[in-house]
Formats: sequence, C-alpha cells, structure tokens
Amino acid sequence: MSTKGMFLAALGFFLSGTVYAQEPVELRFLWYSDGNEGEVMADLLARFQEENPDIKVVLDNVAYTVIRDQLPAQLEAGEGPDLARITTLKDLAPHWLDLRDLIEDPAYWEENFGAYLDWMRPEGSDMIPGYMTQLTITGPFVNRTLFEQAGVELPGEGATWDEWATAVKQVAENQGIPIPLAMDRSGHRFAGPAISMGAKFIGEDGEPAVIDSGFRAMAERIASWHGDGIMSPEIWGSVSGATLRGANEEFANAEVVMYYSGSWQISQFAETIGDAFDWAAVPNPCGPEACTGLPGGAGVVGIKYTEHPEEVAKLMDWLASEPVLKEFYERTLFLPGHAGLAKAGLDYKSDNPSVKASLDTFVKEVGKLAPLANRMPAWDWANISYAAIITRLGQVVAGEMSLEDAYDRIEDDIDQQVSEAKR
Amino acid sequence: MTGVLAFITRRRGGAGWHFTDVLAWIWLLTGLVLMFGPVVWLGLSSFKTRAALSEFPPTLLPYQTRMVEVAGFDEPLPLYRVRAEDGTERLMVQIRRIGSMAQMADPETPGETVRVPLQARDPVRELQLATENYTEPFERLDFLRFFYNSVFVTVVATAITLLVNSMAAFALSKYEFKGRTAVLALILATLMVPLSVIIVPLFSVINGLNLFNSLWGVILPTVATPTGVFLLRQYMLTIPDELLEAARMDHASEWKIYWRIVLPLAMPAVAVLAIFSVMWRWNDFLWPLIVLSDRELYTIQVGLNSFQGELNVQWHYVLAMTVVSMLPVVAIFAFLQRFITTGIASTGIK
Amino acid sequence: MPHREASSSLSGILLAPLRGAMAIVDIPMRWVQRRLGTGGVAAAFLAPNMLIFGVFVLFPMFLNVLYSFTGGGALYLDSRVFVGTEQYETLFECRDYLDPASCREDRFWRAARNTAFFVVVQVALLVAASLVTALVLNRKMRARAFWRAVFFFPVLLSPVVVALIWKWILQRNGLLNAMLSEAGIEPVLWLVDRNWAMFWAIFVAIWAHLGFYTLILLAGLQAIPAVLYEAAQMDGTPRWRVFTRITLPLLWPSLIVVILLALIRAVQVFDEVFVLTGGGPGSATLFLVQYIYETGLAQQARNLGLAAAASILMAAVLIVLTLVQLSSSGWRERKEKR
Repeated sequence: MSTKGMFLAALGFFLSGTVYAQEPVELRFLWYSDGNEGEVMADLLARFQEENPDIKVVLDNVAYTVIRDQLPAQLEAGEGPDLARITTLKDLAPHWLDLRDLIEDPAYWEENFGAYLDWMRPEGSDMIPGYMTQLTITGPFVNRTLFEQAGVELPGEGATWDEWATAVKQVAENQGIPIPLAMDRSGHRFAGPAISMGAKFIGEDGEPAVIDSGFRAMAERIASWHGDGIMSPEIWGSVSGATLRGANEEFANAEVVMYYSGSWQISQFAETIGDAFDWAAVPNPCGPEACTGLPGGAGVVGIKYTEHPEEVAKLMDWLASEPVLKEFYERTLFLPGHAGLAKAGLDYKSDNPSVKASLDTFVKEVGKLAPLANRMPAWDWANISYAAIITRLGQVVAGEMSLEDAYDRIEDDIDQQVSEAKR
Repeated sequence: MTGVLAFITRRRGGAGWHFTDVLAWIWLLTGLVLMFGPVVWLGLSSFKTRAALSEFPPTLLPYQTRMVEVAGFDEPLPLYRVRAEDGTERLMVQIRRIGSMAQMADPETPGETVRVPLQARDPVRELQLATENYTEPFERLDFLRFFYNSVFVTVVATAITLLVNSMAAFALSKYEFKGRTAVLALILATLMVPLSVIIVPLFSVINGLNLFNSLWGVILPTVATPTGVFLLRQYMLTIPDELLEAARMDHASEWKIYWRIVLPLAMPAVAVLAIFSVMWRWNDFLWPLIVLSDRELYTIQVGLNSFQGELNVQWHYVLAMTVVSMLPVVAIFAFLQRFITTGIASTGIK
Repeated sequence: MPHREASSSLSGILLAPLRGAMAIVDIPMRWVQRRLGTGGVAAAFLAPNMLIFGVFVLFPMFLNVLYSFTGGGALYLDSRVFVGTEQYETLFECRDYLDPASCREDRFWRAARNTAFFVVVQVALLVAASLVTALVLNRKMRARAFWRAVFFFPVLLSPVVVALIWKWILQRNGLLNAMLSEAGIEPVLWLVDRNWAMFWAIFVAIWAHLGFYTLILLAGLQAIPAVLYEAAQMDGTPRWRVFTRITLPLLWPSLIVVILLALIRAVQVFDEVFVLTGGGPGSATLFLVQYIYETGLAQQARNLGLAAAASILMAAVLIVLTLVQLSSSGWRERKEKR
C-alpha cells in the first residue's frame, strides 16, 4: 500500500474509533405492566441514564403475552433483548446471564435474594441471574362492607376452608350476591389450598405425584361448592384448557364476597374499587396440614445472548441496590423480594387504608408459608402440573367429566408432558 | 315530503308493495340494529372512564358522578341524592365513606355532617365524555408512531397486493397452460393454512431471511392473498376473451393487454380487494406481533395489545384506540364504494 | 381498443408516473413474450405471487410436516428428536371414535366434533344470509352505499373487538339480560351454558363476516348484464324463475368462491371464539385451531410435535372438503353448459 493509502487507512481507523467510542451502549429492556410499574421503572431508568451517560436503556413496555409467547422463540434462536421482566423464570433458566462474575458484590445478592435464586436458575446451579421485581403470594380478599351489611362476623385467623365457605354463603344469601366464593381459574391458585389440605405434589424422586388424599380433599370441595352455588361456574367453568380467567373485575364490581387470588391485585384494586366498598386481604384459610398460600413473582434477568454483559450487570447492580429497590417497591405497592427490605419494612405510597392493611396481611403470610409451598416455584414440573390440573378440573366444573376421570386424566396429561420434555 | 317518501319507498316493479319488498325492508332494518347497534355501543363506551366501564349493569351513555366544589375542601366532592327516612330527598356531597355508612353534608353547609347508610343514597350522574381516553395514548404513549407504522404497512402492502394478485389472477383466468389446475390447487392449499398453525416454522423462516424486526417483514409475507387471487380470477373469467383477441390482432403485448384492458375492466373486483386488503393489513395482529420486536415499529393493533398486562386490561384505552383504528378503514371503504357500483354494463362491447 | 381515459388533469398527473412505470415494465415483458411464448408470459405473471406463497406459506407448512414426526421440548427443528408416526398414533388412539371421552387425546376429538358441527351450520347460515343480503342490496334503492356500509361495518372490526363487544352484551348483567329483565324474562348466563355458547359462537362468526361475503356476491350480481333482466321483465317471467334461471346460474362462480372461502375459514375458526368463550364452557366451543394453538404454544405444556400432527390432519380434511366441493361444482358447471 502507498504511504498515502496507509495514512488514509490510519485516519479512517482513528476516526471510526473515536466515533465508536462516543456511541452510547444501547440496552433493550423487555417489560410488561399490570399497574403502574412501567412508569415507575421508566422514571428510575431515566435517573440511571443521567448518572451513566454512556449507557442508553430502551424500555420496551409490551403486553404480557408477547413475553410469554414471543420471547421463548427468540431465546431459542439465540436472540432477544438484553434484559427482561419474566414470570416463567425457571422454565427459561438456561437462557439467563450469569451475573456472578460481573456484579460488584455477589455476597450482597446472596444475602438479600438468596431465598429466591433457586426459582430462577436450573437445578443445581449456583448462578446469579437477577432479582425479583415483586414477590407475590396467593391469598383471599374479602368485601368487608358486605360482611358488615349482612351482619356476619368475619372468620378470623385459623378459620378453615369449610368455615369460610359457610360464612360467605350466608353473606351472599343475605345480600343477594351472585358469587359467594371466587377463585382465579388457575392451577397455581389451587395449589396453595391443596397443600393446606395435605397435598404433596412432589414425589420421592422430584417427579410429580399429584393425586393424593390432600389433593382429592380440595378437588372434592371445589366440585361440591360449585354444585351448592358457593362458587359460580362462570369462572372455572368458562374458558377451555389451561386458559387463565381471573375474577378481579367481578370482585371490583361487588359481585363476589370472597375472592381467592393474590397480592398482585392490591395496586389494581386501589384504582378500580376506589372507595366503593371496604376490602381487605385476609389470612389464608386452613386445612388439616397448613394455612398456606403459594409464593411466586416476576423477576428481572439478564439474557445470556446480550452483546453488552458488563453494562447489563451495571444496570442490574444499580436496580437491585437498596435505595432504588425500596423506591420501586414502595411506589408499585409490591411485596419485596429483598430480604433486608422485607425485614426493615417498607413505607408504601398509598393513602388507601385497605391497601396498607392488605399489604401488611400479605407480608405476614410470607412467614406462614408451608415449606412445600416455598419449594414449588423451584420445582421443574410445577407449571405442567398446574396446567393439567386446571384443564381437567375445569371440565369437571363444566359438567363434562367426573372427578374420578379427571384424576386419571390429570395423571396422564402430566406423564405425557413430562416425558415429552425429557426427550 | 312526498318526494322523500317516494325516495324511501322506491321498490321493485314500481307499482304496489310486493311481499318481497316488505321482507327486504325488514331485513334491512334488522341488519341496521344488529350490525350498527353493537358498534354504536363500542363508540359510546369508549367515552367512559375506566371505573365506569367495569360497572354492571352498564349505562348506555357515558355518565360520571357530578363533582361539586365545596368550600374548605381541596378536591371536588361527589354529589348524591339522599333519601331521608321521612321520604324527602336532598342533594348532598359525600365527604367520606366508613364501612356501610357515608358521612355526607349539604354543599352549602359543609360543616354539618350527617351519617347516611349506603343504600339510602344514589349518585347524581351527568353526561360526561372521558375524552382523555383518546388523548392520553397519543400524548403519553407512542400512538402516533403506531398510527404511522400502520399506515405505511397498509398502503404499501395493499399496493403490492393489488399488483401481484391481479397479475396472478390474469394468468390463471386468461391463459391455458399445463399445470394450471395444479397452481390453482396450490393456491387453494395456502388458504388452508391458518397462521396460528405455522407460527414456529414461519418464525424460523423470517429469522433466516433477516426480515425479523422490520416493517418489510410484516408486509412481504402477507401480500400474496389467496382470497384476492380467487376473487379477481372469478371476475376476470367474465371478461370476454374476444376483447383480448382483438387487442392481440392489433399487436398489443400481453402486458399491455393486462394493464390497459383487463385491469380497468376488473375495477369493481379490484376495488373490493383493495378494501379487503386495507382492512386485513390494518387489523393484522398476530403476524406483526411475531415479526416486530422494537416498540418503535409497532403497528396499531400490536400497540393496542400492549394495554394488556398479565392480569389487567386497560379497557378505556383499548376501546378509544379501537375506535380511532377503525376510522381509516371506514374512510377507505367509503371512498372506494363507488367503484364497486360501476358494473360491466358501462363497457358494452358487443 | 376500449379503455378508460384519465380525463381530469389531477388524476392525469397522479397516474403519469404509474403509467410510466408500467410502460417500463412492458419492455422486459415483451422480451419474455418473444422468447418464451404465452406460457412463459403466464409464468412471469404468476411468479411474484407464487414466490411469496412458496417462501412464506408452503415452506413453513412443509416444515410443519417435518415437525409432526418429531418430539421433545425444543423449539427448532434441528434440536428435536425424530419419533416417526408416534404423534399421529397418539391422536388416533381411541376405543370408540364417536366418544371423545374414550380417546387418549380427548380434547382433540372434542374439538374435531365441535368444528364439524360449526362448519356445517355456520357456513349454511352464512351463505344463505349473505345471498339474501346481496339480493336485497342489489335492488334499485336510494342510499345503497349506506345500507352496504351497515352490513359491512362489522367486517372492519378486528376479531378481538368483535368478540369483546359481544362478550359485554352477553354477560350476566349485560345489555341482553338487561333487555330480557325489562320484558320479565329471567336472565341467562349465555356463555356458561354449553348450547348457548355454541349458538353465540356461530352467531358472532356470522355477524362478523356477513358483510365480506355479501360484498363478493354483490359484485357478482352486478356483473350480470341488466339486459337479461329487462328481457325477462318484458317476457313477463315470474320472479322466482328469474332467480333460478338467470341470477343463480350467472352468480354461480361467485357463489362457489363464497362457499369455498366460508368453508375454509369456518374450519379454521379461532380468533373471535377464543376471545368470546375461550373454548368454554369446559370444551363446548373448543375448535381445532385453538386445540392446536394450545397444544403447540401454551406455556410449558407445549407439545409441538402433537400440534403439528393435528394441524396436518386438519389440512388433510380441508383438502378433501375442497376437492369434493370443487368437483361437484365443476360437475354442475358442465351440466349447465349442455
């Protein structure tokens, strides 16, 4: 090459180098929102970008179904965003970025997020994939105003499912409410009460052993409650397959006396119910074995295929730091997935007395979780089991199938899917 | 007045009412109620606030509780009509609700509060349009961007569709060649493949062609509509072959024949296809959802979908933006309608 | 050579680049015509369409066939396990084919039965209603554009919106029940009753698509030369005869298109029903595409091989249906020509 050519080449290289160095790294953050968490996160990210001008974060606030349906396909193709907020943490665990060597202080992460790390990584791994944006717990809400107007006393802590069923039926009859008891159409909601009744779910070898006496006890109750009019077929007996059908709108419209769902509804109820009636979360009803709900939640994870792992780790470190997380939880009204903050307590930003009381109740419920309930989110076959359970029990409620047949079908479905997954 | 009546009651045969006329009118009126009614319902509901939307039974018109400014309170208070025990009614504002009793007061004398049971009061409601349902998505969210993307996709896709489909229809209707039935059968076969069924293989194809996350990736796979080819073909079959023969004898090229004779004569069907194509591409949901990953590239339908979280649907935005998303399609339909009416009668060759 | 002239100057200006572009395309097309004859020209006309079909529809469908012979949880074909005809065997494992409850994949057979019922009833009603509407709209009337828009309006709505509107109307305290209580009738949980759910699924599907087929039939009706009707009127032919001897035969090509499209679309029913009833109650309105979608894409319970096998079966049924319909209509056409 002539000297002129070499000079030009060097110039070009130098220029491109400087141009390149000035370009901020762009991170794509896939997110979904149920309430206001999208706005809160956008706020926080704006602050992060001010402090770190060399990193640009684009928050892709999409529908939940995009994350559920589209992201797995992208991940399997080795593509995807740089970070994402996910609920199916365990199922997609092989795609998460191990932050252990990239973050400032792994010990901080272990200490505060340790309990939940197993929920987001493959069995036996010790990677640090991310943190929980919220901890959720299943549990019941009641319409206190209806109880008051009916003159029925609210069953206290330690009340059994049967006692609650009688109480809500009384209230509903007195007040003319169409749905005394509603439960989200979901195997995940069913699991907590089933465990309270003694269901074991997880067999000796970690394989599913779903149908046992505890399971039957709860399943029989669901079936008979539908028969007695304590539960209405329009929730469990409506859609098909494993489709989720919530009863939050019915509850917000004061058509339900007691609604078994979970802590994530609090922020939404504050907005949709307003002060139309008094509502509150109550402790999980009891069965012979426990009075437990089921924990869960969504987490933020880094994606393995990112081109900027160090920047992702930097962002994660900042987002997971105590002051930032504290602000996030307090503004979104989520239960903290951070051990330190959970112990210190949070000052939730809400004037609604129902909100504060309900959050307190759920925080207490965390301590009352049965050990088995805590294991479920980390269990490989949890989601497969839930899908099979709700599909078949939904058919029972719709009058398509008997309970005995449903038990057989549930076991068959789970076997079939487990063996498919293992191929 | 008689002129108007004459317009409305024009019917076949001109003289007396045939029973088919009566039936026809009944059909039209039933159609009006059934087809328009629910859509009017959609329009009215789009002006309701989120809280009003989840109310049952639903009110026909968008109502909100009247709020009144009261001395001594920062926020306006809701106004209620209260039935006292002696049967009289008073208008009072509600200061707060405790359990099943409400603390209420006359707006003139806010200091004197009275406790009223919840059942004894009804809200004073007035007609109010929640226009923020329409403005907020454009201001706070990227709806204008989505709108632009949808327009781009729709216009480009429709243009390509009309061209490509009519070319194929022309070939299939005016030429005899080996394998014609095979091609027809193949096109038919593509009709039998609903998108929801080939999502995963399609995703790998798109990825392989590098069309992922691009508006062209949304456009290209959708333009070869089998319905369009069939529609145009059936119509082109009715175009007399003599026309083409005459042109060929005048030494016109096949392309000229297609462009100058067949296409203009097929205008009614082309207009119909144009309407359909605009509608399909505008309402396409699953496909753009699969292809697009960056929010800036979202089309309107995909953007609408983003108002749904896992456990929560923001109906008020969904409804309002649905109404907005309907407008362009309706406009195109209105514009292209007259092309459908010009039948083959105007050409009269024979 | 009769053709349309662009008379006004504005459309002339707008169309000028278009005409220029078309003139340019004429050049290579003439070359093709000279070199390859009319067969080549036909191929040239067909090519763009077929290319897109091939790449984006046929090829993925072919991949789907391959998927149906695989198993395992991986998404992409190269990481899946070959299992031969196992997925098909699973689908066909039944003690009594007429009783879904005795089948291993009971939901597949329920979906198949529901789909068969839906197709027969919905297509018949839809085509009949479209024909009547097209005939009514074809009459001499004022404001035909308005009435046409009335019937076509629902077609402009996306399936999700269609389903949502009707879901509201049919809810426990929705518009329909409100009107019934005014009339003193007990409200009904429309979408929770097995039979009513199917009725409404059919009704909503007809509601949403009526305008589409009406438009096609209307275009076909307008292609019938008015001369024929005038002649029949002068002859004093009764209306019914006019319909069966003039209208129906000349409308036949459009009718075939309509029946065919309606059939194919009915077998693939999904969007509206999924949002309206979600396949429920139980599986009363579970149709094939929803079954395939759930089996293939539902979270964690995903079984792509089984879903692919079911979709191949569905396509096979469709092909048989279409061939039967086409050959019987072809027979009709030949009979008419004699």
